[in-house]
Amino acid sequence: MFKWLTGKPKKESSSVIGTAGTTPLKHPEPSQSKSTSEKKGGLSSLKSALSLTGKSLVGSLRGVFGDSGTALSDEKIDEIEETLLRADVGLDTAVQITDTLRKNKNRIQSPEALMDFMQEEFSQILRPYESANTLKYDPQALNIYIVVGVNGAGKTTFIGKLAHRFIQEGKKVVVGAGDTFRAAAEDQLAIWAERAGAELIRKDGADPSSVIFEAIESGKNSQANVVILDTAGRLQNKYNLMEELQKIRHVIDKAKPEHANVESLLVLDATTGQNALKQAEVFKEIMALSGVILTKLDGSAKGGMILSIAREYQLPVKMVGVGEGIGDLRDFNPNEFIDALFK
Amino acid sequence: MFDQLSERLQGAFAKIGGKTLTAENMDEALREVRRALLEADVNLRAIKAFISRIKDRADGEAVLKNVDPGQQLVKLVHDELVVLLGKENSPLNLDGNPNILMLFGLQGSGKTTSAGKLALKLKKEGRTPLLVAADVYRPAAINQLIALGQQISIPVHTLDGSTDVQAIVQGGFEKAKAEGYNTLIIDTAGRLQVDTDMMAELLVLERIYKPHEKLLVIDAMTGQEAVNVAETFNTQLEITGVIMTKTDGDARGGAALSVSEITGKPIKFLGTSEKMDGLETFHPERMATRILGMGDIVSLVEKAQQVIDTDEAKKLEEKIRKQDFSFEDFLRMQKQMKMLGGMSQILGMLPIPGLDKNTREMLAHGGESQMKRIEAMIQSMTPGERQDSELLKKSGRIPRVAKGCGIPESDIRQFVQQFEQMKMMMKQMTKMGDKAQKEQGKQKGFGLHMPRNTRKRKKKDKNMGSGFPSGGFPGMPPGGGFPKFPGF
Repeated sequence: MFKWLTGKPKKESSSVIGTAGTTPLKHPEPSQSKSTSEKKGGLSSLKSALSLTGKSLVGSLRGVFGDSGTALSDEKIDEIEETLLRADVGLDTAVQITDTLRKNKNRIQSPEALMDFMQEEFSQILRPYESANTLKYDPQALNIYIVVGVNGAGKTTFIGKLAHRFIQEGKKVVVGAGDTFRAAAEDQLAIWAERAGAELIRKDGADPSSVIFEAIESGKNSQANVVILDTAGRLQNKYNLMEELQKIRHVIDKAKPEHANVESLLVLDATTGQNALKQAEVFKEIMALSGVILTKLDGSAKGGMILSIAREYQLPVKMVGVGEGIGDLRDFNPNEFIDALFK
Repeated sequence: MFDQLSERLQGAFAKIGGKTLTAENMDEALREVRRALLEADVNLRAIKAFISRIKDRADGEAVLKNVDPGQQLVKLVHDELVVLLGKENSPLNLDGNPNILMLFGLQGSGKTTSAGKLALKLKKEGRTPLLVAADVYRPAAINQLIALGQQISIPVHTLDGSTDVQAIVQGGFEKAKAEGYNTLIIDTAGRLQVDTDMMAELLVLERIYKPHEKLLVIDAMTGQEAVNVAETFNTQLEITGVIMTKTDGDARGGAALSVSEITGKPIKFLGTSEKMDGLETFHPERMATRILGMGDIVSLVEKAQQVIDTDEAKKLEEKIRKQDFSFEDFLRMQKQMKMLGGMSQILGMLPIPGLDKNTREMLAHGGESQMKRIEAMIQSMTPGERQDSELLKKSGRIPRVAKGCGIPESDIRQFVQQFEQMKMMMKQMTKMGDKAQKEQGKQKGFGLHMPRNTRKRKKKDKNMGSGFPSGGFPGMPPGGGFPKFPGF
């Protein structure tokens, strides 16, 4: 059931990123960098993290029925709502699911029936975006990925991992250090780029737009396959910083070659609560997002907000970050994510 | 960050406003309160305790008989929020020489930035901090701290190429002893509370150095998980306090509210901007006031006192009186406003009804870019013109200024004209203010409309009136209004 986590080879590898292969990769990294895959033996850590999540959610759903085994009372439905909220599912989504549950409560008389119902509700929300759940890659074009998000979400680390993944597939990658604000952000990206073997474009302290322009130019000139652009973390309510992003978007539109595949990706910390919805809303409006990257899913955070983001903003999750190692990046598969939650 | 929470609560109270409060509609109001808190990421456990306390107190205080039950419920919710937020503001324990402060938390919560901010704050209070860069895992984390240290002129202890955290901290400790730094601030790597190896690393440091403060750094956007994080860190390391970061965002911040309730440990500081001086002392009382949509004038006033030079303010007031006020002074006023933390923060602290976060950001941004334009215009004037706006009426001068700053002549003419009008207005208002002051005896006004309970607190704080010329901020014309400028 965790096949999506173990990097099974994709059939249609020309239209999506093929994964790095079936064997776990060992990467030459400086000794101080701890990789989850090295430290804990491959994917077991995510498996255990997710099954922990699954257990606690399923566990609390089971607990709702208790020993009585009778039909659901209103209090029990309230408890289910609370269970969802505790997993950081957005309030409206939680209310919608429990309203549907209320209407159907007469036919739900066992924990198993409840579980089936919840699973069905969740997949109805996530399934429409199944086809969009992979990063697009066009072998004939320059693929430009612009990475945005709030401070500390994990943008730079994600870029390191993504660059590594493309390079493992034999692609030529340019990385643009567009975070010229945070102290040493360029250094951080430089270390990742070196580990991954990507070309780095940096102009410390310069206007981010000019770095982004140069990175795309460099990608065109060197006939790279992929350009990944970092941006400074910004809180979505900072009007002037969001205006700066808009400018960056225009720069990309101007600089990109005729044949280009551009994706805007929002990096979202799995521990984020209801504010994730605001982030999705505002960044989507400014950047025409094509998807979300969910990071730090190796903790005990449940990442329940991705349900709300899919339902309210039609944004698919494209990848998940599951550790600090360069290989700790996975494709997202909604069905298997739900399976992991419920089994 | 608590904006939406206060909007929700206001909605809840509006429902019972006017009507008499009954057991039923109080339940309805409390349901709204619960929903608001849930939406704000407050932990469910904390909410339950909160609601039941309010209910008990409402019964006990016979709210039902009160003429204005809505108001009374507001007060109850306010008081309970203060309790939920961790009661009194608790200062740092600065014992020991060196005094040792250790920061830890999840990845990306803002430890390195907070370490820098804390160092700057303590330096301003006359201490001699030494930063210790003990995050050996995240690429360039050490460089980041070094860069921040340079920005704020505070030394950073590192051990080149070493990944031995204990050796790094030991080196910092010895350096502090030898060179006389009285405060050691240790920045550690981000870690998940479920990562036992990484937690053990902290535990070792804790045992050896017995830090006087063990501060958990938590992102204000954290969801329900915040409680698990806080609980685990607290159980294993017995934290002494919390730094809540990114509170300048629009996260409802509720999870952080419950952290102090669940762990019993106080929130000591709030991170309020990306700048190095963006660290504020946490005051539960003020935050509760802000949650209820009453603004946070006390914070603003305190900040103004720190920033604004009293002598200069008096000089400025004198100039306004004599109608001596020049473009040069105007620029100085703008600078002081900027030092207060920018328009958005100022607007955020004022109790303006219906001003939501987005509108505020937009207004502030408009205001700030307008301020930049004005700065450009004034800087393109000669020193003489800056002192005497009359000079600009001579032919050729305005076109020259326009060329200098790239702003159309018409805008400059309009600005000069409005500047002169403002000067007149200021003079008149100063006169009026003086008159009013005489009539009111000694009572000094702030020129701002304040809610009743804030005014009460004002009396307690006897220093608060100083630093303000009659009737307004030195950063604003008396009367408290912003002058109207082109495009504003």
